[in-house]
Amino acid sequence: MMQETRQSRRDPLLKVENLGVEYAVGGKTVHAVSDVSLQVARGETLGLVGESGCGKSTLGRAVLQLRRAVSGQVLFDGQDLTAIHGEALRRMRRRMQLIFQDPIASLNPRRRIGDIIAEPLVISGVKDPERRRELVCEVLSAVGLDPSLVIGRLPHEFSGGQCQRICIARALVLNPEFIICDEPVSALDVSIRAQILNLLEDMKARFGLTLLFIAHDLAVVKAVSDRVAVMYLGRLCEVGPSEQLFASPAHPYTALLIEAIPVPDPDVRPAESVPVGEPPSPIAPPSGCRFRTRCPRADQRCIDEVPELRPVAPDQYAACHHPLIAAG
Amino acid sequence: MSEPALLSVEDVSVDLPTPRGNLRAVDQVDLKIGAGRTLGIVGESGCGKTMLSRAILQLLPKKARLSGGVMFDGQDLVTLDPERLRKLRGRSLAVVFQDPMTSLNPVLTIGTQLIETLQEHLELDSVAAKRRSAELLAAVGIPAPEQRLMQYPHQLSGGMRQRVAIAIALSCEPKLLIADEPTTALDVTIQAQILDLLAREQRRRHMAMILITHDLGVVAGRTDDVAVMYAGRVVERAPTPVLFKKMHMPYTEALLAAIPKIDAAPHTPLPAISGRPPDPTRPIQGCSFSPRCRYAAGRCHREKPLLAASESLDHQYACFHPIQVTAGVCA
Repeated sequence: MMQETRQSRRDPLLKVENLGVEYAVGGKTVHAVSDVSLQVARGETLGLVGESGCGKSTLGRAVLQLRRAVSGQVLFDGQDLTAIHGEALRRMRRRMQLIFQDPIASLNPRRRIGDIIAEPLVISGVKDPERRRELVCEVLSAVGLDPSLVIGRLPHEFSGGQCQRICIARALVLNPEFIICDEPVSALDVSIRAQILNLLEDMKARFGLTLLFIAHDLAVVKAVSDRVAVMYLGRLCEVGPSEQLFASPAHPYTALLIEAIPVPDPDVRPAESVPVGEPPSPIAPPSGCRFRTRCPRADQRCIDEVPELRPVAPDQYAACHHPLIAAG
Repeated sequence: MSEPALLSVEDVSVDLPTPRGNLRAVDQVDLKIGAGRTLGIVGESGCGKTMLSRAILQLLPKKARLSGGVMFDGQDLVTLDPERLRKLRGRSLAVVFQDPMTSLNPVLTIGTQLIETLQEHLELDSVAAKRRSAELLAAVGIPAPEQRLMQYPHQLSGGMRQRVAIAIALSCEPKLLIADEPTTALDVTIQAQILDLLAREQRRRHMAMILITHDLGVVAGRTDDVAVMYAGRVVERAPTPVLFKKMHMPYTEALLAAIPKIDAAPHTPLPAISGRPPDPTRPIQGCSFSPRCRYAAGRCHREKPLLAASESLDHQYACFHPIQVTAGVCA
């Protein structure tokens, strides 16, 4: 996919090329991620949206090599992570962190917050306990928690929003360059969600982070992303600058996702045009375009031929034989 | 609403004993819903919206204490004897829960569960019940209903399971359906389908519906009236279009503002509500939203504001310093 190289003008920190991830389930193969290519520029936030089971979390884990890919490459700062192992990989991983959906489940309930946040420092060889304590206090203050009130307490003493702040602090303590946020606010209430989204934006600016922001909620993704990639059943449908993608989606699936968002305005009547049907199983994905079984525009070509990501507008790419906007 | 209410919740409070002391989950709530109307109850987790729905259904935890009255279709459900209550639930009072996997029995087929309900309440024979079950599955948009009847819940996707739960709830033509976060566990495209399905069936059956959700976006286009709950109380109540045009309660305003808007530019800071909801075992003196409210003044910290009517009787709010947001036209 040569167009990929033009996807973003800035220097890419992360470059994923033709990545494929498969799982074996009961003798069958789940095609979780198929031939996905994308780039994240230094200092950029790339949003990754899709419904459950579309492979977005698997893609995130494959980037960090928590799940090994069956094909393709993951280039982080020019180095192919799929080719390195052991100590070399561990050294690279310090520069990348992950924040999960369920903040309470991702903290060990028996350990004190101070120890939880210090653990990455212990593993990466910061031997001086005083220095560790100093760094822990620094990140806790950065995420808006009072270190003296937090360090000695256990996770169950905190609310979901506070636990997510603690998870963010843990991710920041090694001073990483790149963070994958996997549905970081889906488990939180609306009023808390806004606090955490604002916090992530602040931290990104303060620590010069590059983010891959995975979520199913398009409005949430748009709020924080420079560019957005849309995934369906293991493949990328569309990539483009956030505002442009939402204003004029090229892929029918992107348009469907946007249409399905409930708008908090009673004058906006919910569209009744939402197509019936559900995503097919990734064990036996449809031939050709994987969205064709739910797509109003599908024809014979969509059955026969896998659509490639093609430019449809400046910086906007869609994998569709019948895009909603014509290439210009 | 001039016609007599189908359901009227009168001064209902629910108290739960906990190791940390008494937890007042629902605090003096009054609500009414007319036949064929849709009421949205909106609030964040822990605001008491689910406890309120359980209080209506008389499905509260054993230790819970309920005070007040729940009048449904001319009967007080609080004092109704258990046998008559059981006949009523599932027949004219039905419910759909958030997680269809836990509300369906995993070891019984879809068909058994549907047929059981039909035979219990409508006294249909097994042939008629089976035929009716297949019709119901078809009505909620399940393809190949005859084959689905023989399947178990785990063989269905989340969206399909929720359709089955709705089919069971609708099976006896209820007068009131309580849908408690019916789409929270589902994906956006499936959420839209399920909400459309509920709206369609509700209109077709002239059934009243209470739609409980944390998402103001879900109630906006799909309800007649909205009640906003905070810390166990209803803090604002109005016809849906009125509420969104002219909200008076600062919490409602803040809640709406905190939702990321699809038409906002990326990286726009969200007006977050600072702090978090109060601990329900440690009641706050004065307005429970006052510690987080940017309009709060002296009186708000001392006295609890009561739900009072504004210029129009339909619109009520519990606030000493109501805001007069006017977006677009207003009455």
